[in-house]
Amino acid sequence: MLDFSKNYFELFGLSAGYIIDVEQLAGRYRELQRVVHPDRYANASEQERRISMQGATRINEAFDTLKDPILRARYLLSLNGIDVAAQKETTQDTAFLMEQLELREQLEEARSAEDPYEVIADLMNGINRKINTLIGQMAVQFEESTPEQLEQAREILRKMQFLQKLRYDAESLETELDEVY
Amino acid sequence: MALLQLSEPGQSAAPRQHRLAAGIDLGTTNSLVASVRSGQPETLPDEQGRHILPSVVRYTADGVIVGHEAKAEATSDPLNTIASVKRLLGRGVDDIKSLGARLPYEFRQEDTAVPRIHTVGGDVSPVEVSAEILKKLVRRAEDTLGVDLQGVVITVPAYFDDAQRQATKDAAKVAGLNVLRLLNEPTAAAVAYGLDSGSDGVHAIYDLGGGTFDISILRLNRGVFEVLSTGGDSALGGDDLDRLVAEWIMSEAGISDDADHAMLRRLMRDACAAKEALTESDSAQLRVDLDDGSHWEGELTRDQFNSLVDPLIKKTLAPCRRALRDAGLTAADVEDVVMVGGSTRVPRVRELVGDFFSTEPMVSIDPDCVVAIGAAIQADILAGNKPEEEMLLLDVNPLSLGIETMGGLVEKIIPCNTTIPVARAQEFTTFKDGQTAMAVHVLQGERELVSDSRSLARFELRGIPPMVAGAARIRVTFSVDADGLLSVEAQEQSSGVKASIEVKPSYGLTDSEIETMLRDSIEHAEDDMEARRLREQQVEADRVIEALRAALDEDGKVLLNEQELESVEAALEKLVAISRSDSHSEIKQGIEALEKACEFYVERRMNASVKSAMSGHSVDEFE
Repeated sequence: MLDFSKNYFELFGLSAGYIIDVEQLAGRYRELQRVVHPDRYANASEQERRISMQGATRINEAFDTLKDPILRARYLLSLNGIDVAAQKETTQDTAFLMEQLELREQLEEARSAEDPYEVIADLMNGINRKINTLIGQMAVQFEESTPEQLEQAREILRKMQFLQKLRYDAESLETELDEVY
Repeated sequence: MALLQLSEPGQSAAPRQHRLAAGIDLGTTNSLVASVRSGQPETLPDEQGRHILPSVVRYTADGVIVGHEAKAEATSDPLNTIASVKRLLGRGVDDIKSLGARLPYEFRQEDTAVPRIHTVGGDVSPVEVSAEILKKLVRRAEDTLGVDLQGVVITVPAYFDDAQRQATKDAAKVAGLNVLRLLNEPTAAAVAYGLDSGSDGVHAIYDLGGGTFDISILRLNRGVFEVLSTGGDSALGGDDLDRLVAEWIMSEAGISDDADHAMLRRLMRDACAAKEALTESDSAQLRVDLDDGSHWEGELTRDQFNSLVDPLIKKTLAPCRRALRDAGLTAADVEDVVMVGGSTRVPRVRELVGDFFSTEPMVSIDPDCVVAIGAAIQADILAGNKPEEEMLLLDVNPLSLGIETMGGLVEKIIPCNTTIPVARAQEFTTFKDGQTAMAVHVLQGERELVSDSRSLARFELRGIPPMVAGAARIRVTFSVDADGLLSVEAQEQSSGVKASIEVKPSYGLTDSEIETMLRDSIEHAEDDMEARRLREQQVEADRVIEALRAALDEDGKVLLNEQELESVEAALEKLVAISRSDSHSEIKQGIEALEKACEFYVERRMNASVKSAMSGHSVDEFE
């Protein structure tokens, strides 16, 4: 089996850090799958097929984690001994929370807007911009990873999770509207 | 110990035999089998030169008839002649009713969830009917190629859910086939055109069959295929084009709507012939014998034909538009359109589809054969004939998978479009004090409500130690393999109580049912069954021995020290010795023992290949 003691960065032969070359990551991913994927073992013994399946699953999991800025942050924190449960921690930043409330109101109002799709699209663009700003801030925290910086990173991650949930709800609303028409 | 007498030097260095594998397009109306021979993929004809096998199975008191001969009796013996069985695969009786299909068959539902069709040859499940078609195709392939097939790749529609995929695999099992992979039909069509070796981009696969229309949007990214969206119309197909032409003839020739069946069948045949003639020429001559002994003659021009069928072709463009929207794309993003299905031979279809996507449709491969050809190419690669082949098909799961939570809501565990194989776990807890069991209801679909989703399986985790509500931690793990098939496991974390129940889809067959069918399919002969099991184990033993010898030749001396090498070789010889035993269970145990003895070596080999894949990169990249 793949060496399970290796972390995801080691698996892809990348140095552990928040800033990642997505093209390089995707390239390594494909190289690894070319040797491990069950299709390469279609004719092998039951045992090899099983091991190959586990390996390919592990590589997919590693790739999905590293390519996503939110999952990557959570994973880096866990490598530093900080486990942030998904959706369960909340930021105490009142200004941020106020802003979230407003955004949620805007999303609700989109339903009755003249062109709901346009309102949702604008909202999503805004959310993406905010997430991108947080990604930039996150990268700074992982440059040295002092305990203070890791605590900061954790706070940024909480905010990212908030925004991600909002983005998901906006997408769901869009789907809901599609079904009506 | 004399362990080095194993094999003559060079014995295993003999040129490796080309392993023959086949691709099977198991279609709703027609099926095909194709194989790569001397480097060329081609569909295989029967002894009368016919490539297409109608997906029709007729059960008689004397046996089973598959294909053209069965189709010929479809109207005279409708209860025992089963057509379009693919629509029933992986479905329950209620599903089938709601499909709205007016099926002439007599359904029997006994204690199993799988509907059975009553015929004079006995009650049969859709899985067994499909198995008959597969057997017929494989026999054709083995007769043509003169050898046993190493394995097959079977294509399935991209939108097939877990139950339908499982049923397809079960059918292969009943037919006694080694399935190398289930492949999505649109992906197979893209492979046939070699799109995997071309530039990266988005491709549309437009599939207009006899009775159904499917559109799929695929993205290719450096040898990796991803299905972005699918859509279609299950009640729209080439037969509708014929119907429009037949209606035109009726109005021109003054034939009344209540003409008898024989007349209507003749008209449909004439209409189809006219449609086919019009793909080449600008007009088609028609001559229809009327009931009063006279006849009607007329001409249908291509322009007239086009205006007849335009509304219908335009109807296929709506699902295209929706599929593009689901993928978040516009028609301009699509680089190529691959045409699949006999009806895409109609020039007007090509013209309108080309206009819609602003690109010349790809039509150089016979649209009836393109899916089977793609499957054959993939089967050839999977059989190990092209070790240098770079292509890798990474599929995604087409529909989200989740479990039921409080309030009839679905909690998604693996979202749709996740690359497979994949395993995801999520923790749940008890909601009552002292709760000792938990029901796990597995669902598939994109909707939030359980009532809107497709139920795949239910099972229970029992023996949870009584605790206060919310204290138990139940970890539910979903695993989807490379064929898109799901298994689910639940475990209580603090006590370790596990319900690693093998989840079969609600409309799936149990292993014992498959076993029974397998036995039935070889005519109740216990000896045959025994012989078959023995042969299967011998083949598997040979496979294991061959693979291990090749591995040892390649890197045995590099990866193993002397002691390890000796132990592996000793274990290998043990299996060689018993591989000709006449007890299948003894061979099976032998294989298991060898695999156990070599596990560390197999793992070491995989690590080594991973390492060498990564070794092209400079050392500092590795830290």
